[in-house]
Parts: sequence; structure tokens; C-alpha cells
Amino acid sequence: MAAETTSAKVKWGLLDAIVVVFALIPVLWIVSLSFKTPGTLTDGNFIPREWTWDNYKLIFQTDQFVRALMNSIGIALISTVIAVVLGTMAAYAISRLDFPGKKALVGVSLLIAMFPQVSLVSPLFNIERNLGIFDTWLGLILPYITFALPLAIYTLSAFFKQIPWDLEKAAKMDGATQGEAFRKVIAPLAAPGVFTTAILVFIFCWNDFLFAISLTSTEQSRTVPVALSFFTGASQFEDPTGAISAAAVTITIPIILFVLFFQRRIVAGLTSGAVKG
Amino acid sequence: MSVLSREKAASGAEAAPRAGLSEGKKQERRLGWLLCAPAAFVMVAVTAYPILYSIWLSLQRYDLKFPENREFIGLANYVTVLSNDYWWTAFGVTMLITVISVSVELVLGMGLALIMHRTIIGRGLVRTSALIPYGIVTVVAAFSWRYAWTPGTGYLANLFSPEGAPLTERASALAIIIFAEIWKTTPFMALLLMAGLALVPDDLLKAASMDGASWWQRFTKVMLPVMKPAILVALLFRTLDAFRIFDNIYVLSAGANETSSVSMIAYNNLMKGLNLGIGSTMSVLIFLTVAIIAFIFVKLFGTAAPGSSDDEGRR
Amino acid sequence: MADIVLDKVTKKYPDGTTAVHEIDLEIADGEFIILVGPSGCGKSTTLNMIAGLEDISSGELRIAGERVNDKAPKDRDIAMVFQSYALYPNMTVGENMAFPLKLAKLPKAEIDKKVAEAARVLELTEYLGRKPANLSGGQRQRVAMGRAIVRSPKAFLMDEPLSNLDAKLRVQMRTQVSRLQKQLNTTTVYVTHDQTEAMTLGDRVVVMRGGYIQQVGDPQTLYDNPVNLFVAGFIGSPSMNFLPATVEESVLRTPLGDLPLNDRLRRSLSGADAPRQLIVGIRPEHFEDAALIEEHQRAKGFEFTMPVDLVESMGSDKYVYFTVEGERAVSADLEDLTADAGGADLPPQDNLVTRLSAESRVRDGVDARVWMNLDKIHLFDPGNGHNITLNEGQDAGVATP
Repeated sequence: MAAETTSAKVKWGLLDAIVVVFALIPVLWIVSLSFKTPGTLTDGNFIPREWTWDNYKLIFQTDQFVRALMNSIGIALISTVIAVVLGTMAAYAISRLDFPGKKALVGVSLLIAMFPQVSLVSPLFNIERNLGIFDTWLGLILPYITFALPLAIYTLSAFFKQIPWDLEKAAKMDGATQGEAFRKVIAPLAAPGVFTTAILVFIFCWNDFLFAISLTSTEQSRTVPVALSFFTGASQFEDPTGAISAAAVTITIPIILFVLFFQRRIVAGLTSGAVKG
Repeated sequence: MSVLSREKAASGAEAAPRAGLSEGKKQERRLGWLLCAPAAFVMVAVTAYPILYSIWLSLQRYDLKFPENREFIGLANYVTVLSNDYWWTAFGVTMLITVISVSVELVLGMGLALIMHRTIIGRGLVRTSALIPYGIVTVVAAFSWRYAWTPGTGYLANLFSPEGAPLTERASALAIIIFAEIWKTTPFMALLLMAGLALVPDDLLKAASMDGASWWQRFTKVMLPVMKPAILVALLFRTLDAFRIFDNIYVLSAGANETSSVSMIAYNNLMKGLNLGIGSTMSVLIFLTVAIIAFIFVKLFGTAAPGSSDDEGRR
Repeated sequence: MADIVLDKVTKKYPDGTTAVHEIDLEIADGEFIILVGPSGCGKSTTLNMIAGLEDISSGELRIAGERVNDKAPKDRDIAMVFQSYALYPNMTVGENMAFPLKLAKLPKAEIDKKVAEAARVLELTEYLGRKPANLSGGQRQRVAMGRAIVRSPKAFLMDEPLSNLDAKLRVQMRTQVSRLQKQLNTTTVYVTHDQTEAMTLGDRVVVMRGGYIQQVGDPQTLYDNPVNLFVAGFIGSPSMNFLPATVEESVLRTPLGDLPLNDRLRRSLSGADAPRQLIVGIRPEHFEDAALIEEHQRAKGFEFTMPVDLVESMGSDKYVYFTVEGERAVSADLEDLTADAGGADLPPQDNLVTRLSAESRVRDGVDARVWMNLDKIHLFDPGNGHNITLNEGQDAGVATP
């Protein structure tokens, strides 16, 4: 029996290792590129022969990248806050209240979740130009909220359905008003779900490329993924690979942190939101 | 015992009417609408109106380079697009990418889901690693793959031929695009499938092995049928998602050598060609294709959209 | 502490269903009263209306003489224990118990004193710092009780508080609940679907069905003098045996044989509207192995011989099962009962269950001669379920439709 468990452990350990290696190689590669010196950039070696911070120093000196980073952070944060607030309200209604039109709302959000974003690019391009919000933060925040809402509503509804709502009754019996019952009992229980949803929504907004490249035209509101594709290096003659890699690694850091610290929550959020219900 | 559990289930059923206060019913409705209104408004305003607008645009000759030539021309744009080889090539490429990447992802995703669900050691590590491709910005991953395959720079460039530049040849470029897509989205597929795996009761698998089922039989005869709804949902989501592929192609091949997807050429017509009429026509066609795919999944395979039985939490 | 009066209390839902029909009930100060019945009988709805968690559609609810129909739960000064315990998972045991006191804005020192006292009574002192997730089922149940008792409310409401515990623990907690209630002497309304709990706990038991009260009385009265088939079948375990019967000249024809009519039965049947078709009800313990019956007893009963299906020896006595040939007793009440017992899942019941002395020597598959006590049999009208053998003037509580 002991031998069997050991061999089972080895077997699973190998499978685990394959997954880990497969998942990490592209990330390690871009990290490696970002630390290479211009001379060794084209040696094709997986691990840098010479290490340097120059690429990072370079991008943080260019306005192009810093501005894009500010845009990315600002736009993603604002979109996340708004989408989570609106999504929380809607998800609470969907999971707790009975009202006509509930199914329609769920249906609409499902449709939007499957919507081909490129279909919105041409009309939004024209509408936003006419409204004067083309190439502004607002011009990106609007579509981000829209496409983040279905995600937020699904994930939050799934979380809210797990809350033992009996507690609300119990709190009322214990002498709480409706407001107190919500604040002291329900809110602390709902908070983890809301937080997880916020992470998922942030990742979604952080990730977008299509809207960002179509609905912006200047550094004023370009986000990092778009700025990356426009990078030319410090001068026209310099190869931008090192700079792009450093910028790419920089915007990957928050993702890595989320995944490291909130793995359990993200898995729970994605699995419950997508299939249950 | 059976009486007891039955009573429990029944008292759960009693809870539904309990939750609704007769006088509060109207108030409940009003509150429901009030809470949903902002979300519903934003979603409809930013999708429904533009899609109608884009249908309207698609019926016009509207080139931003020659705005004075704007004119209503009926379905002429559709004729132009549908009789154009570029469109059909892009359509074929998109279909190819979608079918291959989703099929491979289904198999790999199932394997990854099984590993994440059943591994006896390092579960947290595997799950954390698997989330990285899911979370990473697609453009970042695409750059990593691009540099990996770039001759001179990359560690993979000379993998298959010493002289080749894989990203500049159609077949190998498509293969790399598909590979990048699979790498990025297999974890998502696996997570959806894992949710389905969690629904397979352990006792059911034990019973099946007591009944003499082999590992493969347990997988195909017990797990797959129970997981079928989850599998269909995962396939639907991923198919529609793969169909809109844009980021990977943009970075990896920029659509050169006939590797454009429909999203790519719609974008190019709009942003590079500044032709709103043709761009909108393509938008509408893509929208219709996605609608047809979704319809096929729902009607033919009976995919139950998540949330369609949304009130079970209340019951 | 207070009395609770339900005066024609009704619960109607917007979709037109009525869950509770004009219930009248007076619960005395300090009384322990049980609402019992199968699922959907309206017992939980009634409790929720007393709690204020559900609106009362019509009628009046008075606590300590004061009409409270329109008061919010928090203003009624009553505590409730839920089936799921409803412990706040984000708070420790101590914080859970202190929560109602904090909401009532009591001074910190007093809160601590009361929580400590409740924890001592319920033997929870060492768990005060733990979260509910780290407690066993029995401990959680006690925390839920603790949260109810700390604030010395006018009344306790308990919604199946023991049904999530395993069988053994349930019996232990039952005695603890009972002792606690005696000690605190606080009016308590307790809802359960388990008739054993109802019988063992309550000063009085209210049997409900379909939103109506069937019978109210102390446990012994319900057991000895059920007003109808439903109560007769619901109370007691194993259940009362029911057999179809026809009134002939001077006998009652049943599948067990022709029972002679004694004075008591004859009197019951003398009423002008007494039906010819009846249902005979007899409890398992009113049978005995004929060999063990003393001569002077023998005359009061009726003897029959039948092959034994199965003997279950309980040590103190024996459950002996027989198969009764012929038709089964049919009545709406009985259908409700079998439905409640999961009847649809069980094979048709034509068992006769008897409880004989441990000394009985009956064996499986062998004919046994069995005596039944005719003084203890009940006759029911299959049409309306009424018990027609109830002595007039006997206080057996009310029976509405």
C-alpha cells in the first residue's frame, strides 16, 4: 500500500510538473528577455547571459509607457468599481428578489457575454467620435463596464446564492433593523464574493486590446497593451524587444500577484459563476 | 431515514412562499427593477443601440476618406463583402482556428481539469500555475510567443528548420497562432470543466468501480454523462470566444500571409481603411455568425445556458 | 414572559393559496407548546407569523395582551432558534451570543456577564472564542440556544431546532431543551415534524394538517383519545393499525374475524348517523400473546390465529408482524398519512404490527394465537375521519374540518 501511494505521488507529481512548466515557460521567457542586454538579446538563449535593469529604466523614463500605465490602471480601476457596484445591485436582485423581467435580464447579460466585441467597434467608433468621447478614458470605460457586467452579475449571483439568508431573519429576531441586518451580518459574508468578482473584472479590463486599439488614437488614453504594439524603442534604429518585454512584464506583475494570493477565490469565482445556476 | 431526508427537502420547499411577504410583493418588484435598472441600461445602451446603428451604417456607402460620398445603397455592401475572397479566406481561417483550438482545448482542458481536481499533491501549485495563462494579458503572451519564434531572438525559432522564419509562412504562422490560443485559454476551459467534475459524486465512481468498470469506462460512462451540461457550456463559451480571435493574430502575424481572422479584417477596414460602411457590414456578418453558432449549440445540443434556471437558489 | 394568543390568524399568499386557516390558540405564560404535523401543514408559517417574519393576512396576534400584528420582529421581544441554527459565520461563539445584546445597546459589562452566564448554563464557556465552523453540530445547536436565552425574551420560538442532529444527540438535546425550558419558565413555541419530539417535550401539543388545527391537548390525551384518523395515525410509533370493518347484526366484521360488540362499541354505534362501513384502529401494544393472558382478561378481548411474518425482539418486548389478507382501510386521512411517511416509496402496507411481551414464544413463520383488547379499539368514520368512540364530555380538544 505504501509503495502504491508513493508511486501515485510520483505519477501525480510528474503531471503537476508538466502543467507548471507548460504554464510558466512563456512567462519566464518574456521575463528573461526583459533582463537581457541589447547585445545578448538576439542570442536565442532561454536564460540571459548578462543581466540588466536597463530595459526597465528605459521604459519608465519614456512618457509613452508611464502615461499608458496610468491610463491602464485608471481605466481598469474605474471600470471595475462601477461594474462591481452595478453588478452587485443586479445580482442581489436576481438572487434574492422575485420580479418580472428577471429572466430577460439574465438572458441579455448572457447574450452580451457571447457578443463579438468587434461588431461593436465600428459603430462605437463613430458614435464616440460624434459624442466627443473618442480617445478618452470614458470612451473605454463604457464598453468595459458593459462587457464586464455579465461576468460580474453571474459570479456575484452564484456567490449570493450561497449566503445563508436565514441569517437575515435571525438578525431581525435578534433585534436588528433591516439596515443593521445587512450591515452587520450580510455585508461581511458578501464581501469575499464581491472582492473576487472585482479581481475577475479587473483582469478582464486590464486584458482588453481590441477596444483599446480601436477607440483610442493618442497617448492620452492608450492603455499598455496598445502602447506595447506601438513601441519603437528609444530611437527609430533601436530594436524595441527589450523595452516591450520589460513593459509586458510590468503589466503582468499585478496578474501574478492576484493569482498567487487569491488563487482559491479566483478558481471559486470562475467555476461557480460559469456553470452553476 | 428516508422519511427524515424527505421532510428536509419538503421543508426547503416551504421556504419559497415563506420568503415572499404578501404586502411586500409590489415593493419587492419595484426594488428588483430599481436595482437592475442601471446595469440593464448600460448593457443595452452600449450594445443594442450600436448594433442597430451598425446595421444602419452597413446599408450605406460611407468611407471616412470620402465623407461627401455618403449614400444609402441598400445591401450593396453585403454583396461586396460576400463576393470578396479576402472575407471568405478570413472566414475560413477563423473557422479553422476555432475548430482546432477548441477541440484541442477540450481534450487538454479535460486532462488539466482532472489533474487540478484529483491530484494528491501540489494542488494549490497546479491551480495557481494554471491561472497564469488565464490571467495574463493576451498581448503579453502573444509577444512572448512571437519572440520565441523570431529567428535570432527566440529559443524556438529553429525548432523545425534551421533557416525558417515560422511566423512568415502561412501554415506555420497559423499553427503558432492556434498554439498560442490554446495555451492561453485551456485553463479557462479546464476551470469550467472542473466545475462539472465537482458535480460527479465520488460514491458514483466508487459504485462504478465496484460494478467492475475500468478507469476508461468510469470516465466515459459515468463522468462524461454527468458532466455533459458543463462540457457543452464550456464548448459554447470557448467557441464564441475563439471566433472573435484578434489579439494573438494582431501581434503574432499582423494578419500577413492570409492569416487574418474576420475580426482582423473588420478592424483593418475600419481603422486602416476608414471604411465605415464595409467595416460595419463585416461587424453585422460576424454578429450573425456568432448568433447562428450560439443558436446551434442551444437548439441542437440542448446547451443549458448558465443562469437560465436561475431561480433554483430560491427554491 | 408572556402569554401568546392567536385569534383567527390566517395566512393567505398572493397566488391565492391559504397556508393557515383562522387559527385560534391560547398559549399560557410559561407554557411549552408544540406545533406538529407533516410538511406543508402550516406549522412553520404559524411560527413565522408569531415571530413577525411573515405578515398576518387576517386575524389578531397578541403577546402579553398587546396586539403585535404590525410590529417588526425586533420590537416583539421574542427569540428564535432556527433549524439551520443561523449562526453568523463571521463571528465567534461569544460574539454570536452577544449580538442581540449589542443591538439592544446594553453596556459592555452587562453583555459580558450575560454571555458568560448563558455559556455556563449551556456548557459553552471553553468555546466562546471559536468560530461556528469549528464546532460540532450539537455545540452549534447550543450556541443557537444560547443566543436566544441571553436576552431573556418574552418567548422562545423554535423551528425544528433538533432535526439537523443525529439520532442519539437529538435524544440528549431533547432532554436538555426540556430542562432548560423548565428552568427558565419562558413561554416556548416549538415546531417539529417528529411526533416523538412532540410527545416528549410539550406541555400541550397542537396537531396541524393542511393549515388547520386538528387537535390540541396534552400528549397523553392525544395518544389515548385522538379525535380523528389523522391524529390517531400521526401520533404514536409504531403507528396505530387500521383495518376496514363492517357493522353486522351484533358483530364487527374485520379481516381478523368478527369482533363481538361490547357495550362501549354498541353505544358508539347507536347514534343515528353512525355509518355501516368503519375503520377500526388499534395500537400495537393492545395486542398480546394469547398464551400469556390471564383468564379474567380473556373475556374483554378477541382472539385470532395467524401466521407470523416477522418477529423483532427489542429486549423489553417483541414487535410481531402479520400480513392481513383482504382489503385495506381506505380514507383521505390515511392517504395523507402514508404520503407523509413516504408511502409512495414503500410497498403497500397490509401489515399488522403488534407489540407483545418479551416472554412470548411466537416465532417467524409459525401460526400464533393473538389476543386483542376490545376496550382499547377505536372506530372511525371513513368519510370524515372522526373518531366515533370518543366518550362524550371528554375533553379531547377541538377538531375543525
